[in-house]
Amino acid sequence: MTTEATNPPHTAARSGMSELKRQRVRAAMWFLVPMLAALAIVAAWPLARTIWFGFTDTTLNNLYGGEFIGFENYLTWRELSSGAIRWRGILADPSWWNAVWNTVYFAVISVFFETVFGMIVALVLNAEFKGRGLVRAAILIPWAIPTIVSARMWGWMLNDQFGILNDIFLNLGLISQKIAWTASADTAMTAILIVDIWKTTPFMALLILAGLQMVPRDIYEASRIDGVHPVKVFFRITLPLIRPAIMVAVIFRTLDALRIFDLVYVLTPNSAATKTMSVIARENLIDFNKFGYGSAQSTLLFLLITAFVALYIWLGRVNLSGETER
Amino acid sequence: MKFTHLAASLVASISLTAVAAQAADITYVSGAVGNAVEDFKTIVAPWEEATGHTVTLVPMPASTTDQFGQYRLWLAAGTSDIDVYQTDVIWAPQLAEHFVDLSEVAADLATEHFPSIIESQTVNGKLVALPIFTDAPALYYRTDLLEKHGADVPTTWEELTETAQMIQDAERAEGNDDLWGFVWQGNAYEGLTCNALEWVKSFGGGQIVEPDGSISINNENAIAAIELAASWPGTISPDGVLAYQEEEARGVWQTGNAVFMRNWPYAYSLGNGDDSAVKGLFGVTTLPTGGGNDTSAATLGGWNVAVSRYSENQEAAISLAMYLAGAEAQKTRTLLASNLPTIVSLYDDADIASEQPIIPQWKDVFLQAVPRPSAPTKTAYNEVSSLFWSAVHDTLSGNGSAAENLEILEADLQDVMGDGWE
Repeated sequence: MTTEATNPPHTAARSGMSELKRQRVRAAMWFLVPMLAALAIVAAWPLARTIWFGFTDTTLNNLYGGEFIGFENYLTWRELSSGAIRWRGILADPSWWNAVWNTVYFAVISVFFETVFGMIVALVLNAEFKGRGLVRAAILIPWAIPTIVSARMWGWMLNDQFGILNDIFLNLGLISQKIAWTASADTAMTAILIVDIWKTTPFMALLILAGLQMVPRDIYEASRIDGVHPVKVFFRITLPLIRPAIMVAVIFRTLDALRIFDLVYVLTPNSAATKTMSVIARENLIDFNKFGYGSAQSTLLFLLITAFVALYIWLGRVNLSGETER
Repeated sequence: MKFTHLAASLVASISLTAVAAQAADITYVSGAVGNAVEDFKTIVAPWEEATGHTVTLVPMPASTTDQFGQYRLWLAAGTSDIDVYQTDVIWAPQLAEHFVDLSEVAADLATEHFPSIIESQTVNGKLVALPIFTDAPALYYRTDLLEKHGADVPTTWEELTETAQMIQDAERAEGNDDLWGFVWQGNAYEGLTCNALEWVKSFGGGQIVEPDGSISINNENAIAAIELAASWPGTISPDGVLAYQEEEARGVWQTGNAVFMRNWPYAYSLGNGDDSAVKGLFGVTTLPTGGGNDTSAATLGGWNVAVSRYSENQEAAISLAMYLAGAEAQKTRTLLASNLPTIVSLYDDADIASEQPIIPQWKDVFLQAVPRPSAPTKTAYNEVSSLFWSAVHDTLSGNGSAAENLEILEADLQDVMGDGWE
């Protein structure tokens, strides 16, 4: 009797709650629709198109007349009259692998230095001193200048004949003769790295600074009372606590560095020493009229970036969902 | 009845005059080198006055490779924003389908031009673009320095190398530390293809891909030519020459820091400008020969105007193209910018001969002009050129010998060609 009396209201309450939840989910879906639609238009559709173009022989003069050719852009072979087999396609193209190497090399070195310098700058900015707000704003200037402008600016500063850098180094006696920074194959990549690190360190510093400000002050107070050495405080307290912030910053920068285009294109000659994947993909897409081939290269670039991020998240166990891991 | 007829014809005539009087704004896109932007305004002013239309110039980067990339995108997208394009001599086969056929409207005008140039702009019977000036590079030399050190104007590349080295060493011993022997265009772009084609051709090494479509680049003379050029960076040319385009080379030259320069005619009037350190101190001659060969070579350059098929003001655009290619505009351009006219009779023009005495002399340079292989390689030209300049740039930067790089280049070109150029 009692069970019969209590049961119906109980189930009613339960179904009422799930009804509310369902309603909430429905409302949430409706709020998400505009964003999902925008993403589908500006991200998913172009991506799908590019991947599709990669399987065709489309040219830029005839965008809709391409025919499906399977994996021929990626790898194919041709038997020469002598009977020898010649491999063709991106995966057998030494200039592509050279570009992959350039890109990965650039990404690893630039992100490493940007993280180290960004960390130093962030630690300095985190300290209390007069005029901190002004310095914080000033340090963002390199990041605020459009890349093309800074690339041109550095192009003149690095110029072998009229450049200010050569002039300063010569007067200081650091170099014995003018160096053609952007022209010579040995220094071109270094020149790009210098400019990129100069430009992006502020961004890194800003993200790390945000992480630093989340660290509770009382932990430092406690360690100071206990007489812990500052270096030990940094490695045992600060670094572990801002690790998530660094991880996110490094992912952002790696994504950005792997698709580097503008600096390379503007600053250095179009030579094998600095050509990156984006540069070589653009060259095929537009200059050589091989839209399908270039699209296939873009697809590979996309896959490589995805693989990098997946690997990184897996290695660092980064929690990007925003929930606290404990 | 009569009244309505009259009214109708009246309305028709009013609307007709209205259409005819409607001024169009033509957008003209062109690379900007030197004073091109200011000069262009002077050149089109008479046309604007005569027709009532106006022209807006959209300046583009000086690098022809950069321009081509942008134009190809615009044209592929069928944009109507640009009405008239200034096109490089090598683009005709690659962009032909996007431009209006000018062969009928310009039937008379075309006969006034050098036939070889008109031919280079004709693709399958369609006249893609009208030439507005031609270009053939020459060797610029400092008369004062050659005289001071008792040297003659070199006629071979070997002599040039020796003379440049001798003057450079002597001048540096006197404390002129920034002086270089020879500046040219060594950046990895279309300009390097032009430079290197001149070395190869003047050594008797062919022209990369011959007119019949056969690949000829891997030969003894071509190897010798590029080996000699590879000895320049770091000796008679700054290392930075491997990143120089036309304007960088002119920068070194015009500040008085080079004995020789390879450049196009536009550098002549700029070099004689009031702000130039070499004003009145230099001469020009044909490019040297090499390896015992006795004819020199100058890469045929030049610019043309093409009317976009997607233009909404085609009539006015065609009228502008015709004007720019005509004798009046070409003469103004020659007097202003020392560009070489493509109209044969202008080489005997009295005003030009007195104000730009160099132009009639340039006829010799022009007669030795060698075309880049854009006609035989058809739509693959850009790829061929890029492979060629990459192989040369690699050799110049010490990345492999000329023999190795040209052998690889030959194989790569065969891959691009496949069963034949298309």
